Amino acid sequence: MSDLTTAAATRERSALPGLRFLLGPLPRYVLRRLSQAFLVMLLVVVGSFVLVKMAPGDLVDVLAGNADMTADQMAALRARYGLDQPIWLQLLRYMYSLATLDFGYSPLNAAPVLDIILARWPVTALLVASSVLISMTVGTVLGVVAARNAGNPLDLSISLLMLLFYATPTFIIAIGFILVFSVFLGMMPIAGFSTVGADYTGLRYVWDVVTHLTMPVLALCTFFIAIYGRIGRAAMLEVLTLDYVRTARAKGLSERRVIYVHALRNAMLPLVTMAGLQVSSLVGGAVLIETIFGLPGMGRTAFDAVFERDTNLLLGVVFISSLSVVVVNFVIDILYMALDPRVELA
Amino acid sequence: MFGGQFLLWRLVRHPSGLVGLTLIMLAIAMAVFADWFYASGPWTLAGPPRLWPGQDPSFPLGTDSLGRDLAAGLFHGARVSLAVGIAAAAVSVVIGTVVGGLSGYYGGWLDDVLMRLTDAMQTIPSFLSAIAIVGILGPSLSTIIFAIAIVSWPMIARLVRAEFLRLRTYDFVQSCKIIGMSDMRIIFWQILPNCMAPIIVASSVLVATAIIVEASLSFLGLGDPNVMSWGTILGNGRAALRTAWYMTAIPAVALVATVLSLNLVGDALNDVLNPRLKER
Repeated sequence: MSDLTTAAATRERSALPGLRFLLGPLPRYVLRRLSQAFLVMLLVVVGSFVLVKMAPGDLVDVLAGNADMTADQMAALRARYGLDQPIWLQLLRYMYSLATLDFGYSPLNAAPVLDIILARWPVTALLVASSVLISMTVGTVLGVVAARNAGNPLDLSISLLMLLFYATPTFIIAIGFILVFSVFLGMMPIAGFSTVGADYTGLRYVWDVVTHLTMPVLALCTFFIAIYGRIGRAAMLEVLTLDYVRTARAKGLSERRVIYVHALRNAMLPLVTMAGLQVSSLVGGAVLIETIFGLPGMGRTAFDAVFERDTNLLLGVVFISSLSVVVVNFVIDILYMALDPRVELA
Repeated sequence: MFGGQFLLWRLVRHPSGLVGLTLIMLAIAMAVFADWFYASGPWTLAGPPRLWPGQDPSFPLGTDSLGRDLAAGLFHGARVSLAVGIAAAAVSVVIGTVVGGLSGYYGGWLDDVLMRLTDAMQTIPSFLSAIAIVGILGPSLSTIIFAIAIVSWPMIARLVRAEFLRLRTYDFVQSCKIIGMSDMRIIFWQILPNCMAPIIVASSVLVATAIIVEASLSFLGLGDPNVMSWGTILGNGRAALRTAWYMTAIPAVALVATVLSLNLVGDALNDVLNPRLKER
């Protein structure tokens, strides 16, 4: 009888190979990461709601400040926006509207918040993505060079440079760049995403944007060049003592091949983990950089929203930024698992 | 703990510890003696505007666009920047220690819940959240400290949790349980003192980060309007960057030197408190 059941079960399983995969470790891992991503967004939404409730006055007070209103009119408005309902119901309504990507209306721009953010998103994404790529490359190379020359004057000077990069706030680096390259040397455009009124097309336009974004991207990079450099140096020094590197050397491989093909591959793992945190930090840094360099991105939008008291827009930027970071982190986790099969799936 | 004066002595003998401590003492001295040197405060219109450093011996660092003494701003700004940095770091160390301690000591579902929360907090862009908090609640010293603390405790929580996970298996913790000591007493009086070393090291970095965040907020114009911090001076100076770059450069140097020295002291503390890790 039990044999029969087992046989039936086996037959059933082989009949449904998809189901077996679905119950396997990979989908469970993906599911776990998805629930974590969901939790982050829940925290953002509840946090935003609490923040708005903590602030003095509500939406109607703000509206009433702009126009003469009687107490009756204000009460009617409160009823219209649901502000007279119990707080948990208000939270649920708020969660529902954000889940449907309805962030409300921005009086500052006279347009729905979502439309404004979607128009500004690509600028920030371009800024952040270029910064991740450049800081990772430059930082790794500096870290590897420092590790290969550990203890030498070269290592020392790289370490000093890292320390300076690490300690200098992003906005001071940005101002330093403007001062040196735009004011003193006149080499670089001081602000903006492209030359206003030039109407370049094709490659000329791409080059124009590249020159405008060079300083912002580099300013955003420096801190993380230092971080990647430090981690890269430490990871490289550790990996270089491992047996498999000695084996590679003993095989007679060239030093270049040993370092950049064999050792670097494993030294890169802690760097990839860092990338997720970096994206989150860069999105915050983008507020400063976009404000200083006058770039029309999400960070600049958040800055304007704060000063125009446009809460819908501000919280919309926080939501979409967090969502973008969550998605990027999710993708990095999955990539990481593909890179390093040792990562525990359970 | 760690032999009091002995620790200070070992820090001073460490090269980066000496440089760092000297610079920090300088910043603290500026903060403490601000009222003594510049009794009329940083806002007074003390002299002719846009005086370059060295142009007039009574204004060694020059004046800003409104004729306020930059040296006075630097001294009084040290007070605000350091106070906000230390207060914010202290609050986040308290939150982080409680969360990390409970998480590491009890484990199980509580650990799961608290760590998921910590992960989530670390994923949300922290500077953007700080801007949202200060922007919506209104800029004041307390909201700025609150905003910085609320976005920076997860780092401490992870650190403390890792230490607690390691220490809770030790014999002395088992002995405490056997004699019937309460959990709270074990957590805060027995285990916590044993993980002070990494917390102190992390705190110095935390103060540095908090000073940067405060300066960034003030630079954007989100600082407390009633006090002048280094970030405020930087933000004001930016408008005159083309013609009077010294207005930006002077507070920038003070800020970078302070942050650098806190990091140097952190490195030195790490070496002194964990001598076994030195070869890393």
